[in-house]
Amino acid sequence: MLDQSQGYVTADGRQIGGVLMEMKDITLRFGGVTAIKDISFDIHEGEIRAIIGPNGAGKSSMLNVISGFYTPQEGEVWYKGAPRPAMKPYEVARMGVARTFQNIALFEGMTVLDNVMTGRLNHMKAGILAQAIWWGKARDEEIANREHVERVIDFLEIQSIRKTPVGRLPYGLKKRVELARALAAEPSLLLLDEPMAGMNVEEKEDMSRFILDVNDEFGTTIALIEHDMGVVMDLSDRVVVMDYGKKIGDGTPDEVRNDQTVIDAYLGVPQE
Amino acid sequence: MLYRTAGQFKTSYKADQALFPIRQDAVLLAIILTFAWVIFPMTASEFAFQTLLIPILIYSLAAMGLNILTGYAGQLSLGTAAFMGVGAYACYKLIEVMDPILAILLSGVFSAGIGVIFGIPSLRIKGFYLAIATLAAQFFLVWLFEKWAWLYNYNASGAIQVPNLQTFGVYVTGPQASSVTQYYVILGIVTLMTVLCINLTRGTLGRTWKATRDMDIAAELIGINLMRSKLTAFAISSYLVGVAGALFVFMWRGAAEPNLFDIPLSFDILFIAIIGGLGSILGNYLGAILIVGLPVVLNTVPEALGLEIKSATVEHYNIMIVGALIVFFLIIEPHGLARLWALIREKLIIWPFPH
Ligand SMILES: Nc1ncnc2c1ncn2[C@@H]1O[C@H](COP(=O)(O)OP(=O)(O)O)[C@@H](O)[C@H]1O
Ligand SMILES: [Mg+2]
Repeated sequence: MLDQSQGYVTADGRQIGGVLMEMKDITLRFGGVTAIKDISFDIHEGEIRAIIGPNGAGKSSMLNVISGFYTPQEGEVWYKGAPRPAMKPYEVARMGVARTFQNIALFEGMTVLDNVMTGRLNHMKAGILAQAIWWGKARDEEIANREHVERVIDFLEIQSIRKTPVGRLPYGLKKRVELARALAAEPSLLLLDEPMAGMNVEEKEDMSRFILDVNDEFGTTIALIEHDMGVVMDLSDRVVVMDYGKKIGDGTPDEVRNDQTVIDAYLGVPQE
Repeated sequence: MLYRTAGQFKTSYKADQALFPIRQDAVLLAIILTFAWVIFPMTASEFAFQTLLIPILIYSLAAMGLNILTGYAGQLSLGTAAFMGVGAYACYKLIEVMDPILAILLSGVFSAGIGVIFGIPSLRIKGFYLAIATLAAQFFLVWLFEKWAWLYNYNASGAIQVPNLQTFGVYVTGPQASSVTQYYVILGIVTLMTVLCINLTRGTLGRTWKATRDMDIAAELIGINLMRSKLTAFAISSYLVGVAGALFVFMWRGAAEPNLFDIPLSFDILFIAIIGGLGSILGNYLGAILIVGLPVVLNTVPEALGLEIKSATVEHYNIMIVGALIVFFLIIEPHGLARLWALIREKLIIWPFPH
């Protein structure tokens, strides 16, 4: 269990839980390039945590460390109060971490429905033989998981495209299907890498609403990377600011917005 | 009107996941099954059994095996014939100790094992390089079939000769077995395998394979163990291919030399899968009908029309047509005949009111 004494109450009065994940002194290098320099921060259960910073700051690399896709040269990732041993990405996913990608990574040859169903693979337990004869547990599981997936599809309002091959979808919808696939996994931690990049204003508003609803209805902890400052300030409870691989700010949107280092390095003039 | 979906509403996800959400599909299948199980065996000539019905079924099964690996899991293989060979040689050994049909079904277990071993490189390499690695398997295994005399019981000829064997008092292999008996055995096995493959490819494992094929990094990050995904594909694919190889020799050719399992056979199977449609079960049948049927048509039709064409010329026409089809499908319709059928079906569903 998490140590809930570390919880806090947000500006809008939501109770946030203890520390779900903690990055401790993470350093990640690619050959001569240091993508992340000695960064520490934590993610509390139930909060929406944003990571911001200019291009190349190391934000995506940080999500990839959380996902287990990159192994940092130094530092530790703590999960639920204990250091996480070295793990393969699929093992991290099975612990309840789901994500979307900066460059959409859907399975283009499959329909929307099948893409979202793949999000539930970790909930599928039937053996190969049972699947081959499509009987008993395999069939029940398929139906139960389909029902769950349909709830996700309703939630994200993509019912009308469920049988469409994703290759035919416009960009904005693809992003939404990717979110659906991640949500289908019922993650305890959801990582979103620039979920609104390349969207128009209306699509951004929809996506913001979905992110808030996910957090609100399912209590899902969310860590997201976003460029649009307005969006970040609206959505997130706390913000980490990165620049050239270093952490230069960490706090509530208001604190970060008024932090002189952050203003100098990134924001330029205070917003609003 | 032929393909009307009006009035057919799905009221549960179970119904929507049914194999035939549209009634006409079920009717069409029933017609095909009636032909396959009743009308063909009752009416077919010896020639039709031996040049069309039996080889089409066996090639379909082999292509289905390859399609699991390449079309569903995205792992290219050029070694199909060699894995058919493993099935055939395993069967040759197994018939000494068990019923021939059981031996055929079990022979696939051996090709599955070998398939997994040769699938290990797929964990590190992809695409073109993997194809080359499977080509190495192809050469190595055919070499082994030649050199390892134990495999063919030290026959002086180096070939395996299929003996007359019975199941429940009926000859099923060897010269004594009738074509219709063999046809039914093959049809039974191929039907069973097809049902299992349809179920596997539409369920959890199928989605795991397709995810691996479409984007392996994303697949791993959403929780797919790529090693397991690829190796199960190699195992199941090689099982099917091995059983097809055993049927190929024991229920059709009657004898086999090592070079029967050489590259040309691998390519025939690959062409069937490509022309039929990668990532489709139905496509394997369509492709096999085309590849097996084309030379028969080229041989018999001009003759029936009173035209005289040399068999060497027929051979050339066959190669040219197949080559043109491959190029056509690779460029214009990578999903093959199965996709063409799907398009026709879609048109029929909305016909005659296309809006
Ligand atoms: N796989 C990689 N190999 C080499 N360099 C990388 C790799 N991934 C990221 N980098 C480098 O690390 C730095 C941070 O990249 P990234 O995390 O993508 O930044 P951001 O997401 O903040 O734009 C960049 O300089 C980038 O070139
Ligand atoms: Mg990035």
